[in-house]
Amino acid sequence: MNYYGSWTFFVKEVRRFYSVAVQTIFAPIVSTLLFLLIFGTVIETKILEFGNISYSQFLIPGLVMMAILQNAFSNSSSSIIQSKIYGNLSFVLLSPLTALDLYVAFVAAAVVRGLAVGVGVLLVGWMGYDLQIHYAGWILLFAVLSAAVVGGLGLIAGIVAEKYDHLAAFQNFIIMPLTFLSGVFYSIYSLPSFWQFMSMFNPFFYMVDGFRYGFYGVSDVSVGLSLVITLVFLVLVSAINLVLLHKGVKIRH
Amino acid sequence: MNAIEFIGLTKYYKSLKALDHISFNVEQGQFFGLLGPNGAGKSTLINIMAGLVRATSGHVKVMGHDVVTESVSARRALGLVPQELIADPFFNIRQLLTLQSGYFGLRGAKQQAWIDELLARLSLTDKAGVDTQQLSGGMKRRVLIAMALVHRPQVIVLDEPTAGVDVDLRRTLWQFAKELHQQGHTIILTTHYLEEAESLCDSVGIMQKGQLIALEKTQDLIARHPYRHLQLELEQPAELAGLLQQADFAADVFEVQGLSPVKFKIKLAKSITTAQLLAWAQQQGVALADIRLQDAKLEDVFLNITESTS
Repeated sequence: MNYYGSWTFFVKEVRRFYSVAVQTIFAPIVSTLLFLLIFGTVIETKILEFGNISYSQFLIPGLVMMAILQNAFSNSSSSIIQSKIYGNLSFVLLSPLTALDLYVAFVAAAVVRGLAVGVGVLLVGWMGYDLQIHYAGWILLFAVLSAAVVGGLGLIAGIVAEKYDHLAAFQNFIIMPLTFLSGVFYSIYSLPSFWQFMSMFNPFFYMVDGFRYGFYGVSDVSVGLSLVITLVFLVLVSAINLVLLHKGVKIRH
Repeated sequence: MNAIEFIGLTKYYKSLKALDHISFNVEQGQFFGLLGPNGAGKSTLINIMAGLVRATSGHVKVMGHDVVTESVSARRALGLVPQELIADPFFNIRQLLTLQSGYFGLRGAKQQAWIDELLARLSLTDKAGVDTQQLSGGMKRRVLIAMALVHRPQVIVLDEPTAGVDVDLRRTLWQFAKELHQQGHTIILTTHYLEEAESLCDSVGIMQKGQLIALEKTQDLIARHPYRHLQLELEQPAELAGLLQQADFAADVFEVQGLSPVKFKIKLAKSITTAQLLAWAQQQGVALADIRLQDAKLEDVFLNITESTS
């Protein structure tokens, strides 16, 4: 592996999103906090508490994970589609970076951006609510693995898409519904049995559930199951990306 | 040793055959011109060599490395200046060159000194901090050249580098290219400026409709051209075309073009000598004010070959 080359590409990707931090970090933090403002203040007065925690306390880890997932996806997908449209992907394709070098750098940068936004949401949430941290290790593990899975999905979407329109379709019809139906805003046990069953097929549900377990020590399904499913998806997404990048699908014509 | 080997290269874009079984070599240290009309397949060939396009069948080797199965070694040996003007809106020139160096694993003071030298040689030093998207077309072209050279490749490919650039940059670029060639780099050039190709390239390949229709040393190719041009200026107007038809070498006169009543441009066989022409003019009583013989140029050869095979 070309470690320094891959590191350089990772640094380039981080500097790319950091150079427009208002758009890539601060705006997503604000928009995610609007959910907390609306749901946390309006709904909390009408909805039951979840065990010993309030609805807002329940909601915040979900929102943090939602921010991580959406921004990790945005980072890798927008980077590659922009590079394809501007043509500067050629600079990378002409270099000796391998499929693995590129994949690791793309996903690592997506993880950094996802975590940067997630930490921002968490810090603001912490200021207003009494959050607990039972298992910091699980929180960090699910945050990193989930961001990596979705960063990888973003890379697949960016590789396959030929224009922004295709990317928007991927985001609006796949990522957004899976995120909103993953238990960010509710426990799946509050759903009718059919939708509880359907939620089990949503990989994002396991990411949110495992992440929330780190905060409160309780979860809808076993944290071990959530970890295994997240890892399986990481392996699957990584394999697809490595094949696409190695074959040069839609990037080496 | 061959710098580049094209082996049975074929490329289809859907049903369009862009390259048709191309096979030839470029020797190490050559300044090679790849010529052909638009759509001949030159850029496809170059992009396959650079790994930007996949061949439908066949192979390309750069310095002995297959561009698909040994892509890392092949890419380290090759620097491509692409035809399209590419920019990266997030970075300035120096940042881009430093990043590109990093992709090749190059860093440190020595590499920065090389970047400084490239910036200076391409008159980019005072623009090093400017975002690439804000640059003019000529400046972007200079950046692309610097990007291609940042890892000191053994083979440098210039895909129409002078398209749309001013005279000053063109001269700077050719001077730089000559120096790189003298230092031992293999250079492959595509251009529509055939005078440039004639003066720079020691060998040329001519492509048309995806096929290689000529491959030879530049001077040999020109020397084999059977025609040359004669420009005549007469003292008085005369029916020159009619008179030439009566000449004993009439079969070797291919075209008579009247530029004015007293000026003519004649395409004739290279075998006709100046002495023959002067003797004929004296015999016919044609008073000559001026006579100029012009040997074939690469452009004449190019047009002759491409027109005869189209």
